[in-house]
Amino acid sequence: MGTTTTAAGRRPFGKGKGLRQSLATLAASVMLATSAQAAVPPTEEVNTTGLAVTDDTVQVGILHSITGTMAISEIGSVQAEKLAIKQINESGGVLGRQIEFIQEDGASDWPTFAEKTRKLLRQDDVAAIFGCWTSASRKAVLPVMEQYNGMLYYPTFYEGLEQSPNVIYTGQEATQQILAGIDWAVKEKGAKSFYLLGSDYIWPRTSNKIARKHIDKLGLKVVGEEYYPLGHTQFNSVINKIKLKKPDVIFASVVGGSNVAFYKQMKAAGVDFTEEDPLLLTISVTEDEIRGIGGENVEGIYASMKYFQSLDNPNNKDFVAAFKEAYGDDMVIGDVTQAAYLGPWLWKFAVEKAGSFDIDKIREVFAGIEFDKAPEGYVRIHENHHLWSKTRIGRAKTDGQYDVVYETQELMEPDPFPEGYQ
Amino acid sequence: MFDGYTTSELMSIFAMQGFAGLSLFSVFVLMALGLAIIFGQMGVINMAHGEFMILGAYTTYLTSGFFQSYLPSLFGGYFFIAMILAFLICAALGALIEWLMIRHLYHRPLDTLLATWGLSLIMQQAYRSIFGAREVGVDLPDWMMGAFQVTDLVELPINGLFVMIIALSIALGVYLLMYRSTWGKKVRAVVQNRPMAEAVGINSAGVDRMTFALGCGIAGIAGAAFTMIGSTGPSSGQAYIVDTFLVVVFGGAQSLIGTIVSAFGISQAQSTMEFFLSGSMAKVLTLLVVVGILMLRPEGLMALKVRR
Repeated sequence: MGTTTTAAGRRPFGKGKGLRQSLATLAASVMLATSAQAAVPPTEEVNTTGLAVTDDTVQVGILHSITGTMAISEIGSVQAEKLAIKQINESGGVLGRQIEFIQEDGASDWPTFAEKTRKLLRQDDVAAIFGCWTSASRKAVLPVMEQYNGMLYYPTFYEGLEQSPNVIYTGQEATQQILAGIDWAVKEKGAKSFYLLGSDYIWPRTSNKIARKHIDKLGLKVVGEEYYPLGHTQFNSVINKIKLKKPDVIFASVVGGSNVAFYKQMKAAGVDFTEEDPLLLTISVTEDEIRGIGGENVEGIYASMKYFQSLDNPNNKDFVAAFKEAYGDDMVIGDVTQAAYLGPWLWKFAVEKAGSFDIDKIREVFAGIEFDKAPEGYVRIHENHHLWSKTRIGRAKTDGQYDVVYETQELMEPDPFPEGYQ
Repeated sequence: MFDGYTTSELMSIFAMQGFAGLSLFSVFVLMALGLAIIFGQMGVINMAHGEFMILGAYTTYLTSGFFQSYLPSLFGGYFFIAMILAFLICAALGALIEWLMIRHLYHRPLDTLLATWGLSLIMQQAYRSIFGAREVGVDLPDWMMGAFQVTDLVELPINGLFVMIIALSIALGVYLLMYRSTWGKKVRAVVQNRPMAEAVGINSAGVDRMTFALGCGIAGIAGAAFTMIGSTGPSSGQAYIVDTFLVVVFGGAQSLIGTIVSAFGISQAQSTMEFFLSGSMAKVLTLLVVVGILMLRPEGLMALKVRR
């Protein structure tokens, strides 16, 4: 990773004045001197609450699972966050200070997430935490964030029904993803009947509740709704049921290893998704998941998300190129990875707008912060701490990438507490 | 729920549902046989069973990669070689683990439980370090994908048929080995009365090692077969372990026939209920029935009567 970040990663130092100059900070100051920066505001002005900010560095935390079952999903987010931090540092840092990160491992265990958050906030006094992936880990971290007034940048698309003053949600909440997806299936594909299928936990259940309400509102029919335990690997019965009910659309929110089993068995049962009979619309299969499922098994399915690696815009081209340069050509980038990349940038803009690292001061300026170099195009923070973003429909190809076939005209408004959908 | 369907539509759905039950049965048999051999014959609960299965799956993954790069013309048949390799590698690792760890813990069943659980964590993290945390996609030859068209409405998945054939062959093989070979006779003798078996000159330590290796090897074949229907990732093995235990315990710990009967019962119950209820509910009911029966018959469906 970045030359300036890792070397000084865990060095203890006095708050306020960084007297001991490590090699890393020396390099940083040379960079600053040569790049003709505006005068750097003094530390005592930009940090009145004892955060780990010195005259030329600021410390942040990265908190994801890099071991355990969730590592499969969360490692992409870690990579994206480190890439963003590296790029911010190369462009001069935040308020003239280089970002150093302290990485902790949540180990796919929710109490560990809470414990590490406490450590990052109390012991390391980090100015921001980029982390969490599952809703369960976020819920575990939340009370700690609120108690010690930290700020979490949370990347995953999730079920909504939450709005904490101490969290910025950079992924989509459920209505953004689902309403646009169903509207598209109805308008463009003439869908009349839906089969809702998901893994058995809060996100698929809440998502399907929203989907069902919306389908009811449109006067269309839900012909089946079904949940399978996490890790379930036998889908033959439900495939038979789907064949019997003949829905126009299978709306799928199956996650994890179950996903692989589900699509392989659909394919083996003679369902060819390219025929769109039935059409399969998923909200849970990103490019990352396709790597495990195998492109030939998902060819022709549609996904409703805000980001696909194949998005054709200059920001995304740069992002994909930088990501591949940093981590290798065979990397794929899914929706959540991109959302994780937004976190450090949004934090930087907020800090610079507020002219301070203090959590309370940046909270006041969040609403309206925009990022027009976002790989997904353009995003803006809503006053409810979620992002305005477009929703896209992609169609999976055998090479594991999506073709973007549709995108909403306008940015979708985030609505974590949708009225009439609860 | 069957309004508005013709009789032939219903018949074909029931035919396919029957097939779904049978393929679940063969999956259960494949998963459980290896564990049943070890648990039944040695009293060791191998918590790392799922990880041995995934070792088989990774072996298949590597073999498929090798054939794609070096022997593309033979790719259609690589799967059989992969299964043999999976068996050999898992059996070898099993024998090594038995020698290093298990044999020191024979009279401490709870300790073997903990030790093999630790082993499963080590193996998972090893996979994560070697193959990466992401699941890998195993490429299968074209002939193994797709379905076999019986009538217009009835389609039988080829991979389901394939798993069924493997399960039956392995069950048959294990039966022959256990009940028709000298080695099987030794194993059964050790199970029934270890001191007496030793007294007549059977090397019981050697029998133990072979049994453990055989169980692990079968887990490897099962893992290879499951690349067709499930995921291959560092923690995918965890998805199988609960069902596997259920089948073995329900069948009666020391009876291979019991394992097969219980696999049949549980799979039929589950797939029928899945069809009429929702997936999670079906699982709950299956577990309730199993718990109920185990309360009445704590030794499982078919307990082996042994004089202690």
